[in-house]
Amino acid sequence: MSNDSSNQISIIIEVFLLRFALIDNKLVPEPLLVKSTPTKPITQHDVIPQPPQNPSYSFNHDLQDLLKGKQLLLDDIPNSIQEIQAHYENGYLLLRKGITFRKNKPKCERCGNEAPSWFAVFPCSRCRESCIYCRKCIMMGRVSSCTLLYSWIENEHIDAQPFESPLLSWTGTLSPGQQTASAQVVEAIQGNKEYLVWAVCGAGKTEVLFEGIHYALLQGKRVCIATPRTDVVLELTPRLQAVFPTIQVASLYGGSEDRHKNAQLTITTTHQLLRFYHAFDTMILDEVDAFPYSVEEALQHAVKQARKTTSSMIYLTATPNSQWQKECRLGKRDFVTIPARYHRHPLPVPHFVWCGNWHKSLKQDRLPRNVMQWLQERIESGKQALFFIPKIDLIPKILPILKQLHPNIEAVHAEDPQRKEKVQAMRSKELLILVTTTILERGVTFPNLDVAILGSEDRIFTESALVQIAGRVGRSVQFPSGDITFFHFGKTEAMIKARNQIIAMNKEALEKGLIDVE
Amino acid sequence: MLSEHCLFCHGEMGARVSWACFFEEAEESFLCPSCEAQLTEIQGETCQICCRPLEKLDPQYICGDLCYDCVRWEEDPEWKGHLQKNASLYLYNNFLKELISQYKFRGDYILAKAFSRKINEKLRRIEYDYIVPIPLSAERQFERGFNQSEALIREVGLSPAYLLQRTHSEKQSKKSRTERIHIPQVFELRAESEIKDKKILLIDDIYTTGSTLRHAAKILMQAGAKSVMSFTLARG
Repeated sequence: MSNDSSNQISIIIEVFLLRFALIDNKLVPEPLLVKSTPTKPITQHDVIPQPPQNPSYSFNHDLQDLLKGKQLLLDDIPNSIQEIQAHYENGYLLLRKGITFRKNKPKCERCGNEAPSWFAVFPCSRCRESCIYCRKCIMMGRVSSCTLLYSWIENEHIDAQPFESPLLSWTGTLSPGQQTASAQVVEAIQGNKEYLVWAVCGAGKTEVLFEGIHYALLQGKRVCIATPRTDVVLELTPRLQAVFPTIQVASLYGGSEDRHKNAQLTITTTHQLLRFYHAFDTMILDEVDAFPYSVEEALQHAVKQARKTTSSMIYLTATPNSQWQKECRLGKRDFVTIPARYHRHPLPVPHFVWCGNWHKSLKQDRLPRNVMQWLQERIESGKQALFFIPKIDLIPKILPILKQLHPNIEAVHAEDPQRKEKVQAMRSKELLILVTTTILERGVTFPNLDVAILGSEDRIFTESALVQIAGRVGRSVQFPSGDITFFHFGKTEAMIKARNQIIAMNKEALEKGLIDVE
Repeated sequence: MLSEHCLFCHGEMGARVSWACFFEEAEESFLCPSCEAQLTEIQGETCQICCRPLEKLDPQYICGDLCYDCVRWEEDPEWKGHLQKNASLYLYNNFLKELISQYKFRGDYILAKAFSRKINEKLRRIEYDYIVPIPLSAERQFERGFNQSEALIREVGLSPAYLLQRTHSEKQSKKSRTERIHIPQVFELRAESEIKDKKILLIDDIYTTGSTLRHAAKILMQAGAKSVMSFTLARG
């Protein structure tokens, strides 16, 4: 063993250093210094001076397209460091620190992360210092304390060019509930307001946006629809492109091609929103409730950064969290409800059925008797069902038991490589029952379906998850009803709130004449 | 603060309280049990030079206790005997691929810690004078902000010796095996006088064809090193 370090040879590797000198109140990176001047990493410069814009500078339009409304890293910009520096010195680029410190605690300015456990330190060869970096958004390129975020400084006056002829090409009709909401959305967009559309699962909330988006596009405004899930981006893009055939639509998700497209209408995952900075006049956020609270904070940061200072904000959800519901009740939040589905039938209401200590039954390779009976009934009648379970780990226990009942039963979870195929098999009715974790709680629609949850007391089944799960049932005009059973080992508040929410929506719909009494 | 969450999946680690806590010094762990379980340590019979597991190898590619690749290297007078032996810690499975890609391509430096305990255990059994990271080109080093092999050394608390540097940049992953072997010498020496009669241990993240390590070994042996061995995190 010879680990002694007395005669170690230490040679510092010469690399291009990302340190800056302050010359004539401008930051100059070390490689561009003409004479040797002391340099400091960006963290040690208290302010980043912002040179005034030189209107006679002939700027690079490609660079403008790339950086307009964005916040990108040096690594994302193909131009030379000389050209980037020239744009900065002529007042066309906004430079911001990637990591800022408040009371010595780091914050990632791109994703808003402030949790200490999501930061790490490394000896950085770019600035030759110990650099703190954000691990939360590292998949989009590392932001560390020597990183700068680059944005284009826009000239608003030249930017907005209103259209004169109509851009909307849609011939459908809105239900009365949708019509009310649509008018409200237009008004919110006109007045740059914040507005919540609370529409039950299956109400048809996308159509509610068309008029509002149309209005914004006619004004030459940039519109963004953000959603947590890639599936939704993929589904919405062709739909909106068909509705606005002459408008350029950018579709953004991990690995998509449109990353640097500068479009009038952007449809993006909330994750990709992190690359935007003061970009949108109208921001539409779909499925706000799809996030646990901790994630929601990060999302709020991304949304706030992506919006222009003066802009409208539309939230769409079937299940606002309790904080939002309270704000609605107290009149602190502007909102509209669409309490009924377009087919005018009430929402099916879940049943609660106590099933005892089902964990214990599972240990003996059994399911509670009433659960078995529920499944048996679906098998006998041949009606398709989704069977929700709280954890992936339960699949190897549960699936073999169910397979004994019927061969056409499969299980699916988030990391399942065959997820798409299994959902497809369910659609084509090759499968009778699909066992699933909460990944199928939203988005998927099967026409004639019953739903059960095993262990609805698990904390993964939040109020909004439960409402969404119930919302899978009775979506189509042909089959507007179905059974929803929550098998539990102790009722939870979330279960009760979810059921009350559904009942309240039905009551409101009835009062407003949006459903027909059966 | 760090070990409350798994470094890779960021799931909560959960307190593992057992009698061992009272008697043994708790081992610091950075991966949760379910991530840790997805790493496969190399065990059983391996090629005596490159550490490739012989178990899963088609017998026609095994010659005694060597794999056919190493036999070919050793038959070639230009390469014979330069790399005395390689040791690798894990099989380069899909999980490790993901981990290493996050570590070096995304630049998530701290993942080096996830391996340090096991690396330390292995390195203790190897005798050497200098522990040398495979260097990166200046461009690559700037892009990543660190050298992934150097970080593995630093995170076990050792000091790397910078005996080598790249002559020009080459993207290895885009080349075929023949191309990789026949590229001109990619390394040059620094501090040549220090090398004579020294036992050198090279560190790299992955052993794929062995070409990188053999190029490094060759130039060190030609400069008078007593022996060159290598250690890699993964064996591809």
